[in-house]
Amino acid sequence: MINQMNRLILLFSLLLFFSTVSQAALEIDVSEGNLRPMPIAITTVIDKQNEQLGLGLDITKVIASDLAGSGLFYPINPKAFLEEVNSVDRNPNFNSWRVVNAEALFTAELISDNERFRINYKLWDTFSEKSLEANYLVFSKNKWRNVAHMIADTIYTRLTGEKGYFDTQIAFIAESGPKTNRMKRLAIMDQDGQNPILLTSGKDLVLTPRFSPNGKELVYLSYRNGQPQVYIYDIQSKQTYVVGTFPGMTFAPRFSPDGTKIIMSLQEGVGSNLFEMNLSNFDRKRLTNTSDINTAPSYSPDSRNIVFESDKSGTQQLYVMDAGGDNVRRISFGTGSYSTPVWSPRGDYIAFTKISKGRFMIGVMFADGSGERIITDGFHNEGPTWAPNGRVLMFFRESPGEDGGAMIYSVDITGYNERKIETPGYASDPSWSALMN
Amino acid sequence: MVYKKALNLSVTFLLIFILTGCASTRKNVEQILFGGGNNNEAEIVSNAIPGSSQDFTVNVGDRVFFATNSTSLDDDAKAILERQASWLELYPEISIIVEGHADERGTREYNIALSAKRADIAVSYLESLGIAGDRVETVPYGKERPVAACSSEACWSQNRRAVSVVITEE
Repeated sequence: MINQMNRLILLFSLLLFFSTVSQAALEIDVSEGNLRPMPIAITTVIDKQNEQLGLGLDITKVIASDLAGSGLFYPINPKAFLEEVNSVDRNPNFNSWRVVNAEALFTAELISDNERFRINYKLWDTFSEKSLEANYLVFSKNKWRNVAHMIADTIYTRLTGEKGYFDTQIAFIAESGPKTNRMKRLAIMDQDGQNPILLTSGKDLVLTPRFSPNGKELVYLSYRNGQPQVYIYDIQSKQTYVVGTFPGMTFAPRFSPDGTKIIMSLQEGVGSNLFEMNLSNFDRKRLTNTSDINTAPSYSPDSRNIVFESDKSGTQQLYVMDAGGDNVRRISFGTGSYSTPVWSPRGDYIAFTKISKGRFMIGVMFADGSGERIITDGFHNEGPTWAPNGRVLMFFRESPGEDGGAMIYSVDITGYNERKIETPGYASDPSWSALMN
Repeated sequence: MVYKKALNLSVTFLLIFILTGCASTRKNVEQILFGGGNNNEAEIVSNAIPGSSQDFTVNVGDRVFFATNSTSLDDDAKAILERQASWLELYPEISIIVEGHADERGTREYNIALSAKRADIAVSYLESLGIAGDRVETVPYGKERPVAACSSEACWSQNRRAVSVVITEE
């Protein structure tokens, strides 16, 4: 069974490889029919003490939803199950799970003591009849969603060999009101769209939030003092502070991978240049010095390089330079313009927005510019952000017209398994956090 | 350039003369200065208080437009800015904010930078016409504040703009 999953991963890799070499037919190389999600039996979390709370069932649903949402797993309808699981301690009747085509089996039970809960869980390979994981988590009730996501991450990791991405959050801009005067508010939600929380009132225009590596802060653009400036929002304390005082507008901020620096653009005269700001001593370092628009910087995960966009060639194109600002080399050479580059947390790919023939696309290329591949193409797709495992992207898609607006989507980097994230209203500028726990 | 300056100066004097006069003569001057022969326009003109933001918007023209991804001022844009400069010379106590804007057909951060450039270029032109830099601020809005909401060139061309806004006393 595990071999089969490895084959699935291999298939993914091969598809990536082939779609990379045959650039001409990018969008159709990966079709759903090529991939068979692994059937998995996720039995309802046993909750003998507090069945009326429904917590066991809630956790079960979140785990199944996470795994199904990844596109790599197919949770089997519980109505098909032949065996009722009453205890995690007893070995299951593997044959009855193989009969319903389950290749993996998840069982769990909840034990509560006042406000503390403990979940014991196991993951089984139904063919080798071996336990792949046997573990427990202790939590308070309000953390049940995190616990479900953490367990789903564990299952994902055990069965794919990849790190998970379910116990994560998305920072985004919640939009409301007419297109000509849209209210924009800083917001966060769980990766699956649950628990949306508005962080700002909407009085000031805010844009482009990005998570700090530890998930505790957001760096973003706000018009609260009239001029657009880069601010940091502390999620726990709800405090906001401006990132340095600069003579002009600052924008396009991002944290360094270690969280100690901010890289951003400063508008000076007719050009915009890149600066790095040290958050401990507020030292600033100039990284570019031209009269072009140099913006949208993003560090490589090892902090050694920076990818950014510049219109110095006449159109927006992607460039990589050393973190100190030297050795600038252009990496995008296809038809059209390229912008919003973001380096994958794995270091392999750079995701971007591409504008060509009036269409807005999301794509990825290797960090040296080779292997460009378009993932989605349409009227307006913009602003990719990476899941912490570098396998999944989110971006926003804007619909045209007077009532048009933005919605956030997730998609596998193969282009497969695109899904809309349900948000209370229009939503844009997603930023994916690292794993929270 | 010298010729243009002289012309501006004469326009300025003419405006001073007229705008300090009564509203009925202003209407005629509108027609002389800006070719506003249209009666409806003249009607609006007569309602605006001289030196007000309405006067500026209606009688001078508060905005200039740009081609896609462009930050260059065409002749129409320059003519509007020249009228703005003349008006600002008439009212030296007035300051303005020049808002830069872009259409929705670009990525967010680039559009912010592009709209900043548009505002700056409009301001540079006003300064070249003698308007002191400390009377003019800029705010770039990128694609965040379109005036026209449709998704076609008819709207995008209206949204690629630099708008001069008269700062009014609170």
